[in-house]
Amino acid sequence: MQIDWIWGLIGGVLIGTGGAVYLLGNGRIMGASGIIGGLVDGSGWSTLWERVAFLFGVVVMPLILWPLYNVDIDTHMTSNWVVIVAAGLLVGIGTRIANGCTSGHGVCGISRFSLRGIVATVFYILAGGLMLAIFRHVLEVI
Amino acid sequence: MRLLLSLLAGALFGGGLFISGMTDTTKVQGWLDVFGNWDPTLAFVMGGAILPMVLAWRLTEGRKPLAGGEFPALPRPELDHRLITGSVLFGMGWGLAGLCPGPAVASITYNGMGGLIFLAAMLVGMGAAPAVGRGLDRLAAPA
Repeated sequence: MQIDWIWGLIGGVLIGTGGAVYLLGNGRIMGASGIIGGLVDGSGWSTLWERVAFLFGVVVMPLILWPLYNVDIDTHMTSNWVVIVAAGLLVGIGTRIANGCTSGHGVCGISRFSLRGIVATVFYILAGGLMLAIFRHVLEVI
Repeated sequence: MRLLLSLLAGALFGGGLFISGMTDTTKVQGWLDVFGNWDPTLAFVMGGAILPMVLAWRLTEGRKPLAGGEFPALPRPELDHRLITGSVLFGMGWGLAGLCPGPAVASITYNGMGGLIFLAAMLVGMGAAPAVGRGLDRLAAPA
């Protein structure tokens, strides 16, 4: 637990390096919701294979690292299906309407000192914190 | 070239999410849960990710992307109602499940049935988003 922040920092640098490769190499902003969402609504079909290659890397790399990482992996995912479906819908709708999520607005936006990225990040963190306060501490359902 | 760079970026992104613990929903919810057992890990992940990106944005100045094309321009206007409403909706879902789009994809092979259902619901939400966005535009437009 005490060394979690070191893993967080190392992982964070890897995430940012990925974003740097995507930006400097392909000239694109590495936003997970944009890369996925463009495939869903058809707006990104002109760059279909780039998106598929990116997502393939995202899915496969944890499987490669898994045997090297001698810590039990547990996602602690909730088993409440109503919460899962509601959360998934909210994340899908919200990220596409805001045109970005934690990677696009958070990582790529803040590092550019973009007002959009900073404002979006403040609002999604506040909204997330409010949900924890209400649903964990008041209603005690998550 | 573009495909290889995409694959490399995706691998770094997925590997980083895995190593940092961001596919563990308790770490994300722990960061958001200021009234509970608060976990600062997410701030280190964000900070660590922003560092190389600050450098990358500097390097874009006066250059072109390696694989051709142009670097993306900032959207104008910078702030609009969609940015705020969308971010609030996203934050609500993020807090409820502790998953955002990147980790939802990265953890798909080890997050069980719940992870699959979350991803399916997220894709449905993404499909519905253009229509929801147009509805919001009508609400926001002066009568």
